[in-house]
Amino acid sequence: MANKAPATGAAQIKSLERLCRAVGVSGGEGEVRQIILDEIRSSVDEVKVDALGNILATKKGRGAKPLRVMLDAHMDEVGFMLVADDGEGLYRFKIIGGIDPRNLAGKQVVVGREHRPGVIGAKPIHLTTADERRKAVAEEVLRIDLGPESKIKVGERGTFAPNFQRVDPSLMSKSLDNRLGVSILIELLRANYPNIDLCAAFTVQEEIGLRGARVAAQFFQPDLAIVMDATPANDLPMQFEGDNVFYNTRLGLGPAIYVSNSSTLDDPRLVHFMQQVAQKAGIPFQIRQPGGGGTDAGGIQRAGAGVPVVSVSVPHRYTHSAMSVARIADWKNTLALLHGAIRQITPALLK
Amino acid sequence: MKQLIQKLTDTFSPSGYENAIRDVIRAEIKGFADELRVDALGNLIARRGRGGRRVMVAAHMDEIGLMATHVDDRGFVRFTGIGGVYPRNLPGGRVRFVNGTRGVIGLDGGVSGNDLPPLEKMFIDAGASSKDDCPIQTGDVAAFERPFLDFGNRLVAKSMDDRIGCAVAIEALRALKSTPNEVYFVFTTQEEVGTRGAQTSAYGIDPEFGFSIDVTGWGDTPGQRDFDIALGKGPAIKIRDGGMLSDPRIVDWMTAAAEKNKIPYQREVLLGGTTDARAMQLVRGGIPVGCVSIPCRYVHSPSEMVDYGDVQNAVKLVLALLRPAVKLQLAGA
Amino acid sequence: MTDILPFLKSLISAPGLSAYEGPVARVIEEKWKPLVDEVSTSRLGSLHGLKKGSGKPPRPSIMIATHMDAIGLMVTKVVDGLIHLDEIGGIDVRILPGTPVIVHGIRDLPGVIVLPPLKTLPEEARDGAIGLRHLLVDTGLLPSKAESLVRVGDLVSFNTAPTELSGGVLSGHSLDNRASVAALTICLEELQTRSHLWDVWAVATAQEEETLGGAATSAFHLEPDLGIAVDVTFAKGPGADGWEAFPLGKGPTLGWGANLHPYLYKKFKQLADKLEIPVAMEVTPAHSGTDAYSIQIARAGIPTMVIGIPLRYMHTPVEVVALKDLQRAGRLLAEFIGGLEIDFVSKISWEAEDGQ
Repeated sequence: MANKAPATGAAQIKSLERLCRAVGVSGGEGEVRQIILDEIRSSVDEVKVDALGNILATKKGRGAKPLRVMLDAHMDEVGFMLVADDGEGLYRFKIIGGIDPRNLAGKQVVVGREHRPGVIGAKPIHLTTADERRKAVAEEVLRIDLGPESKIKVGERGTFAPNFQRVDPSLMSKSLDNRLGVSILIELLRANYPNIDLCAAFTVQEEIGLRGARVAAQFFQPDLAIVMDATPANDLPMQFEGDNVFYNTRLGLGPAIYVSNSSTLDDPRLVHFMQQVAQKAGIPFQIRQPGGGGTDAGGIQRAGAGVPVVSVSVPHRYTHSAMSVARIADWKNTLALLHGAIRQITPALLK
Repeated sequence: MKQLIQKLTDTFSPSGYENAIRDVIRAEIKGFADELRVDALGNLIARRGRGGRRVMVAAHMDEIGLMATHVDDRGFVRFTGIGGVYPRNLPGGRVRFVNGTRGVIGLDGGVSGNDLPPLEKMFIDAGASSKDDCPIQTGDVAAFERPFLDFGNRLVAKSMDDRIGCAVAIEALRALKSTPNEVYFVFTTQEEVGTRGAQTSAYGIDPEFGFSIDVTGWGDTPGQRDFDIALGKGPAIKIRDGGMLSDPRIVDWMTAAAEKNKIPYQREVLLGGTTDARAMQLVRGGIPVGCVSIPCRYVHSPSEMVDYGDVQNAVKLVLALLRPAVKLQLAGA
Repeated sequence: MTDILPFLKSLISAPGLSAYEGPVARVIEEKWKPLVDEVSTSRLGSLHGLKKGSGKPPRPSIMIATHMDAIGLMVTKVVDGLIHLDEIGGIDVRILPGTPVIVHGIRDLPGVIVLPPLKTLPEEARDGAIGLRHLLVDTGLLPSKAESLVRVGDLVSFNTAPTELSGGVLSGHSLDNRASVAALTICLEELQTRSHLWDVWAVATAQEEETLGGAATSAFHLEPDLGIAVDVTFAKGPGADGWEAFPLGKGPTLGWGANLHPYLYKKFKQLADKLEIPVAMEVTPAHSGTDAYSIQIARAGIPTMVIGIPLRYMHTPVEVVALKDLQRAGRLLAEFIGGLEIDFVSKISWEAEDGQ
């Protein structure tokens, strides 16, 4: 069987759009899970949904004792849960995951499996004081308005209204974190890697503590793991004197290889290997600036007897907001880098 | 043109007290207007051409200044501002009253050198030793005194706002030997206290459209980041300011004229402040307006700076607008 | 009664920021043309529709003003392809981050208003609300491309799609005050079968959000005998629960205050009661905050009234209005106009001042 490189054409972007338009807030990933299951079922040997809702799929390698390689992408996104019904279609809510509340007022949202449309309104400016307008709006004073005849019940989850658009050379959407990674893992599963036992995990609850990845790793007990995620690009111009030396990553410079973050030191062998693969193949890449933040790698590294990990992420601006921006080329190059790397993995890598 | 600018900025005429500057301007434009008159609020109106499109061009003659509010027993003069007077620009400065008296601005004792005191903590010392020998009385009006500076490309003076606009209008009027339009150059009064002269002169003239010529701010000195206007890049065509939105058709008319005549220009979105055009816009059944702006650093200080090239290009732009028959489609849609 | 929803959706989908009302004016003009006898445009861009009355000329006329301009933003500079903004009309900047917009550059560009990474801002600007001068629009384009397509002074309008929520309410941007334009259109539709003696000037005014300039100049030009402004008012909801706010979907409001003539208030109230249209009194102690403020002082003075349509989240991209309230306001207007006797003006008195 020819080991063809994964495609990154219109069909793949269409699939990514479908993923971005789905709603899968941490703990309620069902809609995304269903899309992924439909997409991967025919290309894996086994697939199951575990106790937390992770999708765990395997593709066996050939040979005596291939390395067990875990590929991980979290499928959940940030959002909110309705926590109290104030009547008249107005609901209180609590944020799920790390949304800066300054991104909430004046936004369109959807709630529940049926994507019921709603809005997060704001006090009319005419009724505010200048002092008030200098303070951030607190989550507590905001309400989700679903219209006076809403039948939605407390406990439902929701998030920013789907808004995917392609504006070359970019993609703009909610939940690019981490549907970018999910779509890459789906495409990787369409290829064949006889050199490894491929263990794919589409995980839940990353945004609330890397919880799905931890149990997935404990289930697979892999020899090494590669995490694909979306990472912030804080590469905007300074609005006062000084240089931007804390960009984390920059749009358009290719996949971001992790070295260190608050939850993980990425395995130096894997970090080196990724760079080598990229250089040889002429794929642009960047090192994600060491610093805070993290990925599922933090949950995987310390699972069981420990797992060597590395994260490779697609840069995107304005993470955890109503609309993020990523470059199509970065997404394609991340997929190309991971494909190139995975096919070259041999047990020697960990020697 | 530099002599003209110096002559205009050397004249002291705060809002409401425009007699001196009006006399200077009247002398400068004598013989160049087909009709010259002064209206009830003191606006000087010079018409050029007859029978074509009626357009009003407004440049305000008045300047910001000070007005005495109290003279104490020792002859110190308390004062208030006329127009937008910033306390930070005052201490140590000199003023000249309309009656010719000069004075220096002092600060109350006890005010720390690092504070920015309000006007109430300042006074004018006119060299008097008592109320009786003080030549100033309550209600007297003064303007800043600061000599004109010629740096070659850059010119500095008090009251560049808006004597530079007056200079541009005067030059344009002189050069406009004939026009198929009916152009009203209006040297307006009381702009700095609420664009009042422009409002009433526009009502009286009832133009089809018009524009003001005035200074705008700047964004090209340290720490000025919000305003995309620089000295030396040409006059600015106003799209919006703090008081109005220019009529898009006027903006298009101006940008097309600048481009056709290869006159450099800048697009202006000013975050605060406004001009005579705001008042003109709302007169009668509405008047489509815009503004030709001259970028000016340190506006409302005694040392306002403009670029001489911008000024000359502003004259070119005004002439490019008024020389040909104006083809603007304004009535109805 | 026709379904006003499709027209209202088309209204709020058309750009028309203050001073740039052209696109929405064309949508309104097309709708009004068959409903009135003449349509014209004022020098500032207000749309004037004249529906002639059946009274003997010279007939008195009534002007109904609904402003059609919308709040929005304007480009102040472009840095590394990212766009800095100024507001047109009053916007609470706290609603902006995450808002989808159209940048009306050399061509229309979709974009989103974003919170920049806080470390790129001066330290004193990072806490609390992020000021307008620090917010940016990202168009997704490469910096060089964005800089070639976007100029200082280009308009930026909200791009939230009209969305129906449950219970007959519509959400979207610019419902202030396109909802009232729709109510006036309902009135004109009702007047097709309802005779009226007076001339009716249906006016979609320009520049209300900036200077009230459209109404002031149209009132000067048209010299009506009566002026009515229809504008949105605050609906009760999050952040609006005081005396200024009225229940959503429970009927329009009738203005009471110095800008409004008490006699007109009385007549509207009596009519609403007769027609069993629920209305609330909206007290405006000084400035009514509407076109009525400038219509009242046009020429030698005009008796003026305001009808309010309750709206939630005013001046946000997700305003909410109840369609029922538009229908009620439109019908009330039509009935009032239909009932105007030729000598109505001579009967206007100040006795109603205390006679609410």
